[in-house]
Amino acid sequence: MKRVYIYKQFERFWHWSQAALIIFLAVTGFEVHGSIHIFGFEKAVHFHRIASYALLALIAFAIFWHITTGEWKQYIPTTKKLKEQIFYYTSGMFKGKPHPTEKNQLSKLNPLQRIIYLSFKVVLIPLLVITGLFYMFHKTIDENNVVVISNISLERIATWHTLGAFLLVVFIVVHVYMTTTGEKPTSNIKAMLTGYEEFEEKNNKKEEA
Amino acid sequence: MNRAIVAVIIAVISILVLVNLMHSDEKVNLKLERLKQEYALKPVPSVDHNKLPALQRTFNSPQEVTEACISCHTERHKEVMASSHWNWSRVAYIEGRGIEYIGKANVINNYCIGARTNEQACAKCHIGFGMTNDHFDFTNARNVDCMVCHDNSEEYLKGSAMAGYPARSVNLTKVAQNVGSPEKMNCGACHFYSGGGNNVKHGDLEEALLATERNVDVHMAANGMDMSCVACHTAENHQMLGKLYSVSSENVDRATCQQCHTSTPHFDDMLNRHNARVSCQTCHIPHYAKENPTKMAWNWSDAGKLKEGQPYHEDDSLGKHTYLSIKGSFTWEKNVEPDYVWFNGTADHYLMGDTISQVPVKINTLHGWHDDPESKIIPVKIHKGDQIYDKINKTLIQPKLYAEQKGDSAYWKDFDWNKAAAAGMKRVGLPYSGEYGFVETEMYWPVNHMVSPAEKALKCADCHTRDNGRLAQLTGFYLPGRDFNKPVDTIGTWLLRLAIVLIIAHTIARIVSAIRNKGMKSEVINQD
Repeated sequence: MKRVYIYKQFERFWHWSQAALIIFLAVTGFEVHGSIHIFGFEKAVHFHRIASYALLALIAFAIFWHITTGEWKQYIPTTKKLKEQIFYYTSGMFKGKPHPTEKNQLSKLNPLQRIIYLSFKVVLIPLLVITGLFYMFHKTIDENNVVVISNISLERIATWHTLGAFLLVVFIVVHVYMTTTGEKPTSNIKAMLTGYEEFEEKNNKKEEA
Repeated sequence: MNRAIVAVIIAVISILVLVNLMHSDEKVNLKLERLKQEYALKPVPSVDHNKLPALQRTFNSPQEVTEACISCHTERHKEVMASSHWNWSRVAYIEGRGIEYIGKANVINNYCIGARTNEQACAKCHIGFGMTNDHFDFTNARNVDCMVCHDNSEEYLKGSAMAGYPARSVNLTKVAQNVGSPEKMNCGACHFYSGGGNNVKHGDLEEALLATERNVDVHMAANGMDMSCVACHTAENHQMLGKLYSVSSENVDRATCQQCHTSTPHFDDMLNRHNARVSCQTCHIPHYAKENPTKMAWNWSDAGKLKEGQPYHEDDSLGKHTYLSIKGSFTWEKNVEPDYVWFNGTADHYLMGDTISQVPVKINTLHGWHDDPESKIIPVKIHKGDQIYDKINKTLIQPKLYAEQKGDSAYWKDFDWNKAAAAGMKRVGLPYSGEYGFVETEMYWPVNHMVSPAEKALKCADCHTRDNGRLAQLTGFYLPGRDFNKPVDTIGTWLLRLAIVLIIAHTIARIVSAIRNKGMKSEVINQD
């Protein structure tokens, strides 16, 4: 058994508060959308706005952290072992085969994760943030009494925001499930909580036999 | 230990911050309190007309009273004679028509249709004396009726079908000595009872407002601010602020909520922003005709049935006429949810002689559409019905309804539409083919009164809801909570379902393979 420190303190704080905010935003957002009824429309709108500002602040900190610590390099996409990783999830793991990539502090993401998380960070979140800001400031009046964001229809903004929201919910559902595919079903979640992940000492020869 | 304490403190602080962010106490609205203070002070007149020597006399005619008024208020009659209350007409620019003189004098409606040929009766609501026909002298100051608006004794009353003269029972000296700023009843005498009875026309203006409670009208409530009509409908030189689009058409001289409440009356910025496209009335007048019913439909085509040669009437349980031989059948409604339309402050009207191009005929058209930045959503009462028209010329008809006796072509006496139409159209100066029918009409009445207390205003979800919201009829724009992009919702939902199905399949596969591999694995471990 070896214990590896993978997720740093800020990283864990960022991950879990982002998770909480995104889930809360999804609940309130889909209430504004008319899909569910929990808080009532008025409160849902109010809460959604507060949570969105909180998320923006968190994202600002996270970007700073990624840049200053060089952690952004973790997300550089690679095709190396990508096929193997996909093959592992679709067939290898059923045959008791080991993870094709090793997880350590220098490389904590497998190639599939790199691609998915990178698109999460540079496509999905920006899509939601930008459309969200447009939604929030749609046809508001600036300091010079000029109406801003008046030439994009609210319908288009809302449609893209909704599309992003659906993709985000799908991401969360799949992401939560994928955490159970670690060494043990709970070991990934434990790692994200404590920072340490435990691995069996590997003995490739025997397993190959 | 220290770390635990810090963690607890941070947790407590963040919970407190969150609670404060998510919850807000009701704040005192100082702006509103200031307004209340201002309007709680009722004006005290500077003159007691009781003490004026010029009024210590008997008056033989109402014109003598007017002369007495003018003897001191030497120029006021000129202001009155420039007003639409006197002229029953305004100069207006109408999109697509140009400059028109329009007003009560020449437009028609789908209640009693129109004043022309019926002046003797309709002039009960003209601020003059002696309008018996279309030869009324609008330049004669003696005929200005000061008393109908300024009597504070509740003595004054215009006679029925007396061409605007007061009833014979009125003590003119008493009235003259008790004049002052107009009170609710002065305005209400005409504006509450227009269309032939209380609340018939407007739906939001009726005698209940004389003494009502806050839930009915937060401004005029006897147990509230008890404001008079002229508190909002202020006048300068007898030109009243405010008008209704049943007879007017330009976006000028409107009495607005903003004149007191400003355009940012809410603490919540989100609500203030609604004011860009939603009028105050839309949310703050959730119902009209709260106390007494109003007419929602009037079918002239049913008129004329007689019992043993005599006109008759039928009443509903509230004592409201549902049928009158002289007028046709009616529908009444109480506590009505308004309809909603886009409105930019300008309107068009069916003007006599216009060719009917669509059915139902729009007696007045409120201009406005969702992508016009000047347009706002307003609540309206839509009064529907049918009325007489010329089948050949395709024009609405101004019938002669009123006459003192039979044989004068008046429908209310002779029950002959043909004669009434011929007499009416002759007077209006338009051709009548001799063939009449009844055509459906619609009239739009913006609802501006009977403002509810803030807590009774519409809630967000009354409009921002998928089904049956208040604005369900207003389409073509994106309303959050009501509208959504169907393909995106469908694809999104199916993606989510697909993900869940795949997860379940994957889980099952893992469990099955785990069981199958178990034996093999234990063998491996045993070897170790």
